[in-house]
Amino acid sequence: MSILADKHTRVITQGMGKAGLFHSQQCRDYGTQIVGGVTPGKGGTVKDGFPIFHTVHEAVRNTGADASMVFVPPAAAADAILEAADAGIRLIIAITEGIPVLDMVRVVEQLRQRPEVRLVGPNCPGVITPGECKIGIMPGYIHRPGNVGIVSRSGTLTYEAVWQLTQLGLGQSTCVGLGGDPVNGTSFIDVLRMFQNDPQTEAIVLIGEIGGSQEEEAAAFIREYVTKPVVAFIAGRTAPPGKRMGHAGAIISGGTGTAASKIASLQAAGVVIAESPADLGKTVQRVLQERR
Amino acid sequence: MKIHEYQAKELLAQFGAPVVPGIVASNVDEALSAFDRLGGQRAVLKAQIHAGGRGKGRFAGSDKPYGGVQLVQSRAECRDVAETMFRYPLVTRQTGPAGQPVRKVLVQEAVDIAREVYLGAVVDRGRGCPVLMACAEGGVEIEEVAARSPASILRVPFWPDRGLPPFQARRLAFELGFPGEQVGQAEQLIRALARLFIEKDCSLAEINPVVVTTDGRVLALDAKVNFDDNALFRHPEIEALRDVGEEDPREWRAKQAGLSYVSMTGNIGCLVNGAGLAMATMDIIKLHGGEPANFLDVGGGASQEQVTEGFRILLSDANVRAVLVNIFGGIMKCDVIAAAIIAAAKEVGFRVPLVVRLEGTNVELGRKLLAESGLNIIPATDLADAARKAVTAANATHPERAELSVGPRS
Repeated sequence: MSILADKHTRVITQGMGKAGLFHSQQCRDYGTQIVGGVTPGKGGTVKDGFPIFHTVHEAVRNTGADASMVFVPPAAAADAILEAADAGIRLIIAITEGIPVLDMVRVVEQLRQRPEVRLVGPNCPGVITPGECKIGIMPGYIHRPGNVGIVSRSGTLTYEAVWQLTQLGLGQSTCVGLGGDPVNGTSFIDVLRMFQNDPQTEAIVLIGEIGGSQEEEAAAFIREYVTKPVVAFIAGRTAPPGKRMGHAGAIISGGTGTAASKIASLQAAGVVIAESPADLGKTVQRVLQERR
Repeated sequence: MKIHEYQAKELLAQFGAPVVPGIVASNVDEALSAFDRLGGQRAVLKAQIHAGGRGKGRFAGSDKPYGGVQLVQSRAECRDVAETMFRYPLVTRQTGPAGQPVRKVLVQEAVDIAREVYLGAVVDRGRGCPVLMACAEGGVEIEEVAARSPASILRVPFWPDRGLPPFQARRLAFELGFPGEQVGQAEQLIRALARLFIEKDCSLAEINPVVVTTDGRVLALDAKVNFDDNALFRHPEIEALRDVGEEDPREWRAKQAGLSYVSMTGNIGCLVNGAGLAMATMDIIKLHGGEPANFLDVGGGASQEQVTEGFRILLSDANVRAVLVNIFGGIMKCDVIAAAIIAAAKEVGFRVPLVVRLEGTNVELGRKLLAESGLNIIPATDLADAARKAVTAANATHPERAELSVGPRS
């Protein structure tokens, strides 16, 4: 088993522009069932073997898609997410970076009425269940199937962690990128709950960063409900307050959102902290060995 | 994006908020004429810079005891204060020791204050919506109040499409203890703040303090408004308010090249793809005893031009003694990045050691290109190795620490 996506997942791409098409091809090469694309005005055409539809509703009717990967530009991305939800897509992975925060507030509010819909992102690398399904922009080959679940607010830092694990022979059950925005669809807690309930996942890696209090909330959840070992790294110990560090959500404001606070909360919940990002893989290996 | 106080008040006024009357001046003569128009008796001069802590700030190089917010009680005093403000940089706890030059001064009516209240709006990330915050204690740092007595801060969530309902504004006005004749004015301020927040895509809108004057007026005395950078594409009128003079020159230059850069005070320049990895790179430099000079995220798909501009920006910082490039090539192939590094290095010309760590797609090809480039590049095998080598290189080129130099390139 795995979480969110597997070999049966049928995916459409919203926004079949240059990036959308390129990543659709990459995902297909990995083995993902990319069953079509949506670009309003281009319906009825075929792009490199992908049937294109005007609307998500039309795509769902014709392909039976249950997941969507969103590459629509920021100004129209929120609407694209709502369109997918309305058309019955159950898993929406929003890759788009740069969506206005208040647009995401509107989206998240409306999705609360539809608990069956899971939005991951925006501004995220996506979700991959190694060997089965890749929905996103991560390089597929660095992953290998296995038992470590990864949940992260970062992109390339997640690749770093995955690569370290793979080199140590530790595969991954599913890797979930939550994205770097302050308001998004899926939280650490949502994914921790799924990993805790997933029989394949034996250990969990949590990669957080400065800004907000998601990691502190995750720590409280882990203390109560997570029995599997959790290893964490928090990026941004050296980040100055009041500065946005690349991600819209990575900012220490009014003394809250510091790495120190997150690390202390996670440690208090029994999470093993990797002090150095270079030690993530080794730390997971050690924790798993101690467990066995 | 940040704007000045006077611009924030103009926006608030557009949304129907009563603000303390004031006139913005660009030079001493304009300040004097503003003083005259405000009655010619007394006024408050407020230096317009983005950094906080202006009231307690001092003008570097001036022997006058003036702060960045200064009451003046005569025309002569107004002239003296204005001359100081326009001449010397203002140093506050947020500006750094060099201070910030003042290009605008807000000349404001000096009001007699009976009471101060706090009003603010932010996006509450936990709830996923904006929240209006109010506190009967105004004029102080809200973070301090939040730490000391969190219960004294009233919080009302509101939604972009529905706005803040009138009853909520009314409720807040009563709970803040405004007496009957002031409730209407307070409500107007609260609703204006919520409307401004939504209609202009703010990330922070704060009136601290709202004052009640001794003659019973409820007015915004100070205001701070920041905007969501991601929403500026639909607000050209807000983008037009940007004061480039307030931006860190390197940060501004990076922004225009589509790069995300933050200045730091260390001596190891970093160029990384991805925000999380860029932060982690800074952290690991520190862990190995070094100090990062900057955060620089060139993004997931940086082009050769962007990498070149990134290098130029890094090297324009005189403190930089070594540069660490950390790339995890995903979709972006390492050989492409290596070619970009070589081209950029040749064009920019490196005066400091360059440590490069490449990993990911086509990494062997990328490393080969770097090795054969003839450039004096120090290759690193992994993240820890890269950090160690960058710290060693920075220390070795540091004039005072030359004795620590480790000769041969590894």
